[in-house]
Amino acid sequence: MNTFTYYPGCTLRTKAKDLDAYARSSAEALGIILEEPSDWQCCGGAYTTATNENATKLSAVRTLNAAKELGRPLVTVCSACHNVIKQTNYDISRDEQMAFKINNYLKLDEPYNGETTVYHYLEMLRDVVGFNNLAQKVVNPFKGKKIAAYYGCLLLRPSKALAMDDPENPTIMEDFIKAIGGTPVIYAQRNECCGGYITMEDKAQAAKRSGAVMNSAEDQGADMVITACPLCLYNLKKNSGSSLPVYYFTELLAEALGLKEANNE
Amino acid sequence: MQRIGVFVCHCGTNIAATVDVKAVAEALGHEPGVVISREYQYMCSESGQNLVKDAIKEHNLSGVVICSCSPRMHENTFRKAAAAAGLNPYLVEIANIREQCSWIHKDIATATEKAVILGRAAIAKVHLNAPLTAGESPVVKRALVIGGGIAGIQTALDIAEAGFEVDIVEKEPTIGGKMAQIDKTFPTLDCAACILTPKMVECSQNEKIHIHSFSEVTDVKGFVGNFSVTIKKKARYVDETKCTGCGLCTEKCPMKNVPNEFNMGLDNRRAVYIPFAQAVPKVATIDPNYCMMLKTGKCGVCSKVCSVGAIDYKQQDKFIEEKYGAIVVATGFNPIKLDKYEEFAYSQSPDVVTSLELERLMNAAGPNGGTLLRPSDKTHPHTIVFVQCVGSRCDDSKGKPYCSKICCMYTAKHAMLIREKYPDTEVYVFYIDVRTPGKNFDEFYRRAVEQYNVHYVKGMVGKVTPKSDGKLDVQASDLLANEQLHIDADMVVLAAAIEPDKTARPLATMLTTQMDTNDFFTEAHPKLRPVESATAGIFLSGACQGPKDIPETVAQASAAAAKAIGLLCKNSITCNPCVAHSNELMCNGCSSCEKVCPYGAITYQDKEFRMPDRTTAIRRVASVNPAVCQGCGACTVACPSGAMDLNGFSNSQIMAEVDAICK
Repeated sequence: MNTFTYYPGCTLRTKAKDLDAYARSSAEALGIILEEPSDWQCCGGAYTTATNENATKLSAVRTLNAAKELGRPLVTVCSACHNVIKQTNYDISRDEQMAFKINNYLKLDEPYNGETTVYHYLEMLRDVVGFNNLAQKVVNPFKGKKIAAYYGCLLLRPSKALAMDDPENPTIMEDFIKAIGGTPVIYAQRNECCGGYITMEDKAQAAKRSGAVMNSAEDQGADMVITACPLCLYNLKKNSGSSLPVYYFTELLAEALGLKEANNE
Repeated sequence: MQRIGVFVCHCGTNIAATVDVKAVAEALGHEPGVVISREYQYMCSESGQNLVKDAIKEHNLSGVVICSCSPRMHENTFRKAAAAAGLNPYLVEIANIREQCSWIHKDIATATEKAVILGRAAIAKVHLNAPLTAGESPVVKRALVIGGGIAGIQTALDIAEAGFEVDIVEKEPTIGGKMAQIDKTFPTLDCAACILTPKMVECSQNEKIHIHSFSEVTDVKGFVGNFSVTIKKKARYVDETKCTGCGLCTEKCPMKNVPNEFNMGLDNRRAVYIPFAQAVPKVATIDPNYCMMLKTGKCGVCSKVCSVGAIDYKQQDKFIEEKYGAIVVATGFNPIKLDKYEEFAYSQSPDVVTSLELERLMNAAGPNGGTLLRPSDKTHPHTIVFVQCVGSRCDDSKGKPYCSKICCMYTAKHAMLIREKYPDTEVYVFYIDVRTPGKNFDEFYRRAVEQYNVHYVKGMVGKVTPKSDGKLDVQASDLLANEQLHIDADMVVLAAAIEPDKTARPLATMLTTQMDTNDFFTEAHPKLRPVESATAGIFLSGACQGPKDIPETVAQASAAAAKAIGLLCKNSITCNPCVAHSNELMCNGCSSCEKVCPYGAITYQDKEFRMPDRTTAIRRVASVNPAVCQGCGACTVACPSGAMDLNGFSNSQIMAEVDAICK
């Protein structure tokens, strides 16, 4: 069994409990223990209004340092948390000035300079488990199902810092869909913005964006859409006006591995 | 005792700005054997050369060291000057204190110190130089042109015109290349076929030109003036000498669904086919991947309908070997694959096409007989968006870093032709920059904008989304208006970057020529020797050397021909005397040198030797053919007993240089 430090983030504790629960149970079935650190705080995604840029990164560094102290890679699943934590890790390992100021402020036992390896859950499936191995553990394959992967804006960009996949022509989610027995649907809007937080201020604008995504997927014959992001899921489900079902990718993973009923109880 | 002259060049400020030239000349003047040490502003100038010549005569010099630029630049200049003054040219050594010293250092003290050391090494070497005499080798009066596109055709015609035999090797069943697929040509809009096909016919009718179509070069041996080339004539299952090109077999073949590569897969051909009506040679070819007879042994229709009995299902690949004095590479280009540019929905919609596909869609001999129709539903498109620089000028690893050069002009051509023929069609062109230098080129582009009202928009297309109503939503930015645009288009045309043909790289290895990181062949000098490769006797024609349009390609093709003719005119060429030789007394016949020789210059012979006890023994020893040896030195390093040595770069000379540097 491989043990990784697991960072769920705030939304997975509240609105997106499914994303979290299925991620944990599936990982266990795939031979990976996800261990949550005893105390963790916001990923830093909520601090974007801070005037000092270093201040927005402090909590992410605390998380990264916790993983470092445990001596394990860090796995995240929410697109937004992943984006903030991985970018912070990238910046602090390259920007000496920033590392100096942040370490001065945090007064850690040992300064943190980007030592932790950060995986998105999908990367863990690809690089640690391997999609071929995953395919062999699938008991309920999504045979004949046309599944559209929705990447959104945060999962892959900025591509240098996230270093996960080609931001314009990604394949990681499509490969995941193939591994669980489904047929991936390539559609143009799969990496466009869902509308994001604009939904709080201008619902019509968010509806336009998420509508375009869902129409594009529907036009290419998708039966369902999967995503890794709680906010995307919200916009696509509630704002798009489309009846096409939207799921977290972890939900399909759990179902494919035969774990879903157990979780629904 | 040696009498050595040292001459240190300022090269204007190229050397003098970072190297104290006077101090170098002064220091080297005290080296053993040096009788005169001078510096001069431009040693390569006539008065600089006179300085060297006069010193040779006046001081009766036995060796010369020039501290200047790279020997690639002026070694020949100074060798000639020495020869003119009566000194054997191979008694001249160059110490490179420009490229390897002044240009790469900033600190004057260190650069000066290094220049002195480099000069000292050259002096140590020249002490051991021996006079060498260059031999001569005959020139085979026949040229090989690899690639039968417009570049290869023009080169072959020019060489034949000068009276020399030329062979064209073309990998496709016909010559003609990309130009044969093009509809109209910029900036005059004359039909490509009308100007190309007469040249193709001329090639087939010229008795000096021999076309090996459906053939590939598989091996190249030898050297300038005397290349030995193996050509593979791929089995086309049709006897070229019997086939009349009547085309009956191509009409009767029951395999109708073979993607037609000449029309970019936009329609189908049969398993037995002639690529297009004006093909040269006009001979049918059977595609073994689709032919039922070849795959299952059942069919034979083409054989039955052929009145001259040209079909031969048992035909095999044939290898022929031919000798050539010169080789011209004209392997051309291809548009890149677009699988990394899925944001333009190329694989998602048949109405997203490449520019070369559009050429076929607009060509009278194309799949729609020249009427521009959407591939998806064969309707007339009313809005067409062109995207420039797809894969060109990319700063990431996905595309090419260079400008493909031809796209701005052919896109202007497409836009203009569409507006001319279908005035009700709106045409948008998205560009980063419009680059149209060239005679009558910018005028041509301005005509597209001003007379034909093509909408040129500065900005890139970010996303093409195929919609359920069959339209394509083109999302783009207009950088000048600072606006986001959405255009409902019927078709999108992608100006895909061009790259060298895939056959170029293995060919470069066979020819021992150089390529750049993009697989374009490297010319011997970017400004002064643009059509020669760095390997003697290999010339470059057309887009294999870099992106080029037709006028430029033809100009370069003729230039390459002129260079090849210049070589073929000579009865013999001077050989490089700096070749390897084997000391038979030390050679133990182990074959190590033969294995590493890239030119096949080393053979073995059994020789009689007198042994110390007065008996005779027969031993197997290496011998080098000086006409074939290129002096690369690989054998001298491989030889375990130290029997192999290189004239002009002997082991003792190299060690003397190293000792001088480490002193």
